[in-house]
Amino acid sequence: MAKTVMNWAAIDADPRFQTLHRKKTAFLWGLMLFSVIFYFLLPIGSAYFQELFKVKVWGPLNIGIVFALSQFIVAWAIAGIYARRANREFDAMAEAIIRDAHNIR
Amino acid sequence: MNLKLIGGAAALALVSTLAFAGAGAVADEYKWMTFAVFGGIIALTMYVTYWAARQTHSTSEFYAAGRSVTGVQNGWAIAGDYLSAASFLGIAGLISLYGYDGFMYSVGFLVAYITVLLVIAEPCRNIGKYTLGDILAFRNNPKASKTVAAISTITVSTFYLTAQMVGGGVLIKTLVGIDYHVSVIGVGILMLTYVVFGGMKATTWVQIIKAVLLVTASILLVLFTWGQYGFSLPGFLQAVVGDPKVQAQVAKLVGDAATNMTPEELGQRFLEPGLFLKNPIDQISLGMALVLGTAGLPHILMRFFTVPTAQDARKSVLWAMGIIGGFYVLTLFLGLGAAINVGPVDILALDKGGNMAAPLLAQYVGGGADSVLGNLFLAFVAAVAFATIVAVVAGLVLAAASAMAHDIYVGIIKGDRASPQEQVIAARLSSVIVGILAIAVGIAAEGQNVAHLVGMAFAVAASSNLPAIIFTLYWKRANTYGVVAGMIVGAMTAIGLVMISPNMTYPQAVLKEARKVLEGEPAQPAKEAKPAVAASSFMCELFAMEGCVKSEPAKAASIEKPAKPGAAEKLTLLNEKLATLTDAKDIEKVKKDIAATEKAKAKAESDLRKFDGQTTSMMGLEKPFFLLKNPGLISIPLGFLCVIVFSLMFRDKRAEEMWDELYVRQNTGIHAEGATAH
Repeated sequence: MAKTVMNWAAIDADPRFQTLHRKKTAFLWGLMLFSVIFYFLLPIGSAYFQELFKVKVWGPLNIGIVFALSQFIVAWAIAGIYARRANREFDAMAEAIIRDAHNIR
Repeated sequence: MNLKLIGGAAALALVSTLAFAGAGAVADEYKWMTFAVFGGIIALTMYVTYWAARQTHSTSEFYAAGRSVTGVQNGWAIAGDYLSAASFLGIAGLISLYGYDGFMYSVGFLVAYITVLLVIAEPCRNIGKYTLGDILAFRNNPKASKTVAAISTITVSTFYLTAQMVGGGVLIKTLVGIDYHVSVIGVGILMLTYVVFGGMKATTWVQIIKAVLLVTASILLVLFTWGQYGFSLPGFLQAVVGDPKVQAQVAKLVGDAATNMTPEELGQRFLEPGLFLKNPIDQISLGMALVLGTAGLPHILMRFFTVPTAQDARKSVLWAMGIIGGFYVLTLFLGLGAAINVGPVDILALDKGGNMAAPLLAQYVGGGADSVLGNLFLAFVAAVAFATIVAVVAGLVLAAASAMAHDIYVGIIKGDRASPQEQVIAARLSSVIVGILAIAVGIAAEGQNVAHLVGMAFAVAASSNLPAIIFTLYWKRANTYGVVAGMIVGAMTAIGLVMISPNMTYPQAVLKEARKVLEGEPAQPAKEAKPAVAASSFMCELFAMEGCVKSEPAKAASIEKPAKPGAAEKLTLLNEKLATLTDAKDIEKVKKDIAATEKAKAKAESDLRKFDGQTTSMMGLEKPFFLLKNPGLISIPLGFLCVIVFSLMFRDKRAEEMWDELYVRQNTGIHAEGATAH
């Protein structure tokens, strides 16, 4: 299949694409930043806040283990939040641009 | 013709492994079980390879399975590609020996996929073709960026591959007793068969099969171990805290501090941080390499080219995160289960790194060393471990071969003007070359310490590949100069720092340790408690510079210690003791002690011979200059910085002109490489 020639600069400048770009950028890098900070709390906490990590909350279960397990929950939650928004919003926005792409001059 | 060749290779691998089985964790009379299970796995994967080979004709089919893999399938394949024997056996082992600290490793491996999901998977699927080089060459100078990308891909894959081959060989020897060389060659032949005949399609399915087996085995083991406690988390942890074997292990690890602790406190300490990881800065450095490196691993990146659309790439990461995360949560139960049911002493007796924790746990839950079911379980886990190594290695070979054939041969040497047939031949030939090299390196590196190579692969991927990908995809000003400089500086820094780090062998330390074993140690007077010492500056935490005060943790007061005898003297004492013993259990214990002492003596003697007269490491250092084991803390920011600085210093017309197209395409998927119809 021969690929149609596109005016990429025009698509880039199209308000719909600019909206997609703005929304996506803020959302993605925000999530990314949050996840990195949250993750590094684990090695930092286990090294410098050992007394806190040792506090028992449920039988022998301590805050350290709860926090390590929460990392899994948070990672899955971030993935879920991203997927939901991408599936519902970003895909539809991209679809509208794709359908109209060869008309954007 | 293919069928005969594939069948022949399978038979060769199986027969050769059968013929060379010696002593291992699986008892001789049950070895046929391991071989039966493994034979079944080989038969299944060979059938898949035969089926895949008939559909693999074009380059898109060879490198990317015709982009026909579904999101769910790819998710399982990513898990199969990523969960190496090191994570399955190694992490369970670390948890069984060190408790909490072992589990901290597990977390980073899952969090790494957030980077993959958010910034890598979909854009790479939208603009990529087969390799990392294709992504970078989109707007950077194709020849320059393909060259550095190919070198980086081959470097990262070779580090990873060497660690897998050597680690796998040792593991198979410990598990089933197969000779090291035979297992390296066996793994090599199998992986070559999958890759050369079946390309990405066969590799994908081998990885899926392996992931399903691995997850099934882990779930079964956890059901048995956790089920004893009615699936109560506090109940299970209470059993860990109250276990005398765990308490003894903690007492051994904390040393003098144990004298003031109750058994309950010792057990609880196992669930607290700090038994294994002593250097927090090193820990953060490792975390950076793990979390950022995964997204730059070429064999993981390559998996996203196998799905039809960016949406499928997204779906595959979601599935992979579910499977990988679920698996790593299970490692907590596998490791702690092995600690209470098998015990650190018995785990260490078979392997110092604790790799045998999960297999021994399997044997235990089946009924123990003398039961048929126990040995069937052990045999099954051993076979899964073997399949794990083969599947990971196949993915790595395919990634390295694609860089060699697609980037270097087709892209650079032929200037993208190779016929389709020629491209497929180049791909297959490169796979053969890489595969044979992997076998050769595996054999040459026998007995070498390769554990740091995986860390190095992650560090290079994070310091070199990731900055190049991220800036190419997201930063308008990025260009060829920045990408090339960043990749070279990032990779060289990571490798260079490891070369002068504590990972290397320093003869003086080895000789000192060997003499301690042979000549014994003098008595130690009682010592008073010492407070912690802080390093004189942050740089002093990183480098052994003149005038630096090194940080030291606080030390508890210690009681007087008697002199330790040398190995020869200790053996005489043990033998005298043996003669006086009557109780079968005591005799068994002393015999174990004698065997361990003899092993330590032999090792010390061979170390003395090997390093006699040497004073410096291969880099000419008497002791490490870089004090961390993981270079990421320095090399990753440096890699990112170099891309920025060099991109701003020079201008590159093509990189600027192509930006609009790249940015629109990576976000929308317009003109993305499509699936090939069948």
